[in-house]
Amino acid sequence: MSPDGGSNDLDFEGWTCPAPLRNTPTVVMGHGGGGAMSGELVESLFLPAYGGAARADLADAAVLPPVSGRLAFSTDSYVVKPMFFPGGSIGDLAVNGTVNDLAMVGAQPLYLSTAYILAEGTPMSDIGRVAMAVGKAAEQAGVQLVTGDTKVVDHGSGDGIYVNTAGVGVIPDGVEIGPERARPGDAVLVSGAIGVHGVAVMSCREGLEFTTPVESDSAPLHGLVADMLATGADVRVLRDPTRGGVSASLNEIARASGVGMDLVERDLPVPEEVRDACGLLGLDPLQVANEGKLVAIVPAADVDAVLEAMRAHRFGSGACRIGTVVEDHPRMVVARTGLGGTRVIDLPLGEQLPRIC
Amino acid sequence: MCLAVPGRVLEVFEESGTTMADVDFGGVRKKVCLAYLPETGVGEYVIVHVGFAIQRLDEESAKETLATFERLGILEEEFGDGFAAAAREKGVEL
Amino acid sequence: MKYLDEFSDPDLARRLLDQIHAVTTRPWAMMEVCGGQTHSIIRHGIDQLLPEGVEMIHGPGCPVCVTPLETIDRALAIARRPEVIFCSFGDMLRVPGSHDDLFTVKSEGGDVRVVYSPLDALQIARDNPDKQVVFFGIGFETTAPANAMTVHQARQQGIPNFSLLVSHVLVPPAIAAIMESPTCRVQAFLAAGHVCSVMGTSEYPPLAEKYAVPIVVTGFEPLDILEGIRRTLVQLEAGRHELENAYPRAVPAEGNPAAMAMLRDVFEVTDRTWRGIGMIPGSGWRLSDRYADYDAELRFEVTDIQTDESPLCRSGEVLQGLIKPHECPAFGKECTPRNPLGATMVSSEGACAAYYTYRRLDLVSAGSAS
Repeated sequence: MSPDGGSNDLDFEGWTCPAPLRNTPTVVMGHGGGGAMSGELVESLFLPAYGGAARADLADAAVLPPVSGRLAFSTDSYVVKPMFFPGGSIGDLAVNGTVNDLAMVGAQPLYLSTAYILAEGTPMSDIGRVAMAVGKAAEQAGVQLVTGDTKVVDHGSGDGIYVNTAGVGVIPDGVEIGPERARPGDAVLVSGAIGVHGVAVMSCREGLEFTTPVESDSAPLHGLVADMLATGADVRVLRDPTRGGVSASLNEIARASGVGMDLVERDLPVPEEVRDACGLLGLDPLQVANEGKLVAIVPAADVDAVLEAMRAHRFGSGACRIGTVVEDHPRMVVARTGLGGTRVIDLPLGEQLPRIC
Repeated sequence: MCLAVPGRVLEVFEESGTTMADVDFGGVRKKVCLAYLPETGVGEYVIVHVGFAIQRLDEESAKETLATFERLGILEEEFGDGFAAAAREKGVEL
Repeated sequence: MKYLDEFSDPDLARRLLDQIHAVTTRPWAMMEVCGGQTHSIIRHGIDQLLPEGVEMIHGPGCPVCVTPLETIDRALAIARRPEVIFCSFGDMLRVPGSHDDLFTVKSEGGDVRVVYSPLDALQIARDNPDKQVVFFGIGFETTAPANAMTVHQARQQGIPNFSLLVSHVLVPPAIAAIMESPTCRVQAFLAAGHVCSVMGTSEYPPLAEKYAVPIVVTGFEPLDILEGIRRTLVQLEAGRHELENAYPRAVPAEGNPAAMAMLRDVFEVTDRTWRGIGMIPGSGWRLSDRYADYDAELRFEVTDIQTDESPLCRSGEVLQGLIKPHECPAFGKECTPRNPLGATMVSSEGACAAYYTYRRLDLVSAGSAS
C-alpha cells in the first residue's frame, strides 16, 4: 500500500491479515451478504485502507464516550460520477462533505460512519482506492471512522460506488450559527476561489484539459471555522456551497433570514481557468459546486478580523468579501455587473448542462 | 445560437481522416474539428462553436477595432460624459 | 480569455455610449436578431444605458425557442423508444413539448444524453452498435456546419446506427418575414455575427435595399454590441440603409466557403414553421435526398402527433418583438424558468428567460412580476 493513498492499486500479495481476501478482482453479491465474504471485505480491504483513522474493533454499533456540549449530527450520500477526478475522488468528498456540514453549524467533528452500496462487478481496486481516500481524508480531518456497512447490488452497467457518511460532532457553548441570522448591513464573505470542484469534475466528462490542471478543492473546513470563531466575531451564518454553488447557498440564506443580498460581480474570486471553462460550456460559476469553500455572513464591524483569520488558514488564503446583506428585494440575491447593470442570481434549476446558445 | 469562443491552435493532426486541432482557450484546452479551416496553422486563432472551428479570428482586425474604440475617447471632451448622464437618468449607480 | 475580455472593457464601453448619446436625436427601434445578443444586452444592462427613445426589439434568434412544437413532440416520441439513445444539446432538455420534455423522458427511463458537440453523438453511435443513436440537429446557420460534417462523417465511416433529426432555421427569411408583418415596428437590424461567420454577408444587402433598413453585422461582447448599435444609429440618423460589418475580426464578407460547400451538399431549403410565429417559406434546412438514409424523421416513423400549445403562452408575440416579456400576463406567475409555458422562458437565450434572470428586480420594484 502506498503512503499517499488514493491513487494506487491494491497489492493483494503484500497484505498480512488474518483471513486473506479471496482473489476476486471485482465485487460480487456475496460481499454484501453479511457472511464470510463480507467479513473479508471489511477486514482485508476497508480496515487496512482506512489505516489509523478506523477503530479496529467491530461491533454492531460503536460505543462512544460521553461529550459535553450540544451534539451536531449530519448525513450525506455521495454518488458523483466520475468517481475519480483531478484532485480527488468520491472518498474525499464523502468525508469532507459531512465534516463540513458539521463545521457549518460550528461543530468540532468527532466520528463518522461509512456505508457503501457497491454495484456488482465494480473492480476491487476501485473500491480499495476509494477506501484509502476515505481513510486519508478522515486522518487529515481528525475524525474517527467508527462504524459502517456494505451492501452489494445488481447493476446493469457493472460499475459504481455509492457512499453514505453520517457524522457526529460537538458544538462549543455560546456558538449560535444558523441560516436565519443574517441581518441587513452584514457582510457576505467567501473563503476562496469558487467553481473549482465542479469544473474539475466536468472537465473529465467533457474532455477539457487545462494548462494548469483544475483540481477539486475538497477540504475539511472545521479548523478554518474554529479560527474564525476564535476572533470573537459574531459569525452569524456559515454555509458550504456544494451542489448549486454559491448561488444556492446565498439564496437559501436570503430566504431563511428574509433579507436581500447585493453582490459585486467584479469581487467574485473566480479563477481564470474556471471562468474559461464555464465560458466554453455556457455555465455560471456562481452555480458550480465547491467542496472546500464556505460562505460566511458576519457583521460589518467584524469583517477585517474575520478575513485576517481566514487568510491565515491553509484553506482560507483566498478569502474575500463579495457583498452585503440588504433590506431591499427580500429573499433575492442580486449582483451588480461590470457595466452597471444588475442581474438576479437565481437558484439553479437542476443539473448544469453544456449549452450551445 | 452563437456561443462561439475564440481560441488558439496548439497542434493540428488527423483523426479518422478528418483534420482536428488541439485548441487553447486561455488555459482550457479542447479537441476541435478543423475540417472547415484546414489551412489554419499553429498559433493562429479560430472561433469555435460546438466543437468546430467555424472561422478564423483576424488578429489585425481585432486590434484595429479596439484601437478605434480607444480613439473615440478624443471626442468625449466635446460631447461630455454621456455614459454618466445615462446612468444618472436611469438611477444606476456606477 | 483573449479576444473576449478586451471587448468588455468598461472604459471603452463608456466611450461608445457617449458616442451613441451624441449621435441620437430622435426615437428609433432596432431589432437584434440573435438570442445571444439579447442575452448580452439584458445581462450587461445595455438597453438601460441607451438614450431615451432608442428601443431594442428582441428578435426570434433563439433556435431553441423557434423549434416547432411538432418537432419537439417527434423528438420526444423517438427518445422514448427503447432502442434509441437520444442525444441533444443541453439547451433542448427542458423545452416543453405538448405534454412533457426530454428531461421527463430521461427521468422515466429514456436514454437521453446531453452532448457538447454532435461529434460526441457520433462517438456514442460507434460505442453502441446495437443501439440507434439520434442527434437533435437544431440551430441556425452557425450550428448547421457541425451537424452537416457529423452526418457526412457517419456516411464516410459507415456508421449505420446514427441519424439526425433536423430542424435548422435561417436568418434572412426571418428578417423578411418580420419586415412583411403589418405590425412591424423594426427600423434596423443587428445581424447575427456568428451566422455571418459561416454564411458571409452577401444575403443582406438585398434585404437592406428592399425594406430600406440598415443591417449591421454585430458580435456578442458588450463593446461589439455597442458598436453595432452605434453604427446603426449613425445610419438611421443619416437616412441611410446599408449593410455594414461591425464584427470584421470574425466575419469575412465571403464567410466560410468550405462550410458552405458542405451545407449545400447535406441540406436543402424547406419551408419551416417557427414556433410562436408561423410558417415562413424557405426558412429552414432539411437533409437533402442524398442523405435521406440518415434522416431520423424518415427512419423513425412517428405518426399521430397532436400538438397542444399552452393557451397562456405568448412567446410568439415576444419572438416577433410585439410585446416585451414582462408584458405577458403569465410572466413570473404561471410561467417561470422552473415551470416554463413556452420555449422563450426555457432557453437561456430566450428573451423571457433573460428578462426573468436579469430584470426581475426592476420589474418587482415596478410591481409587474413576483
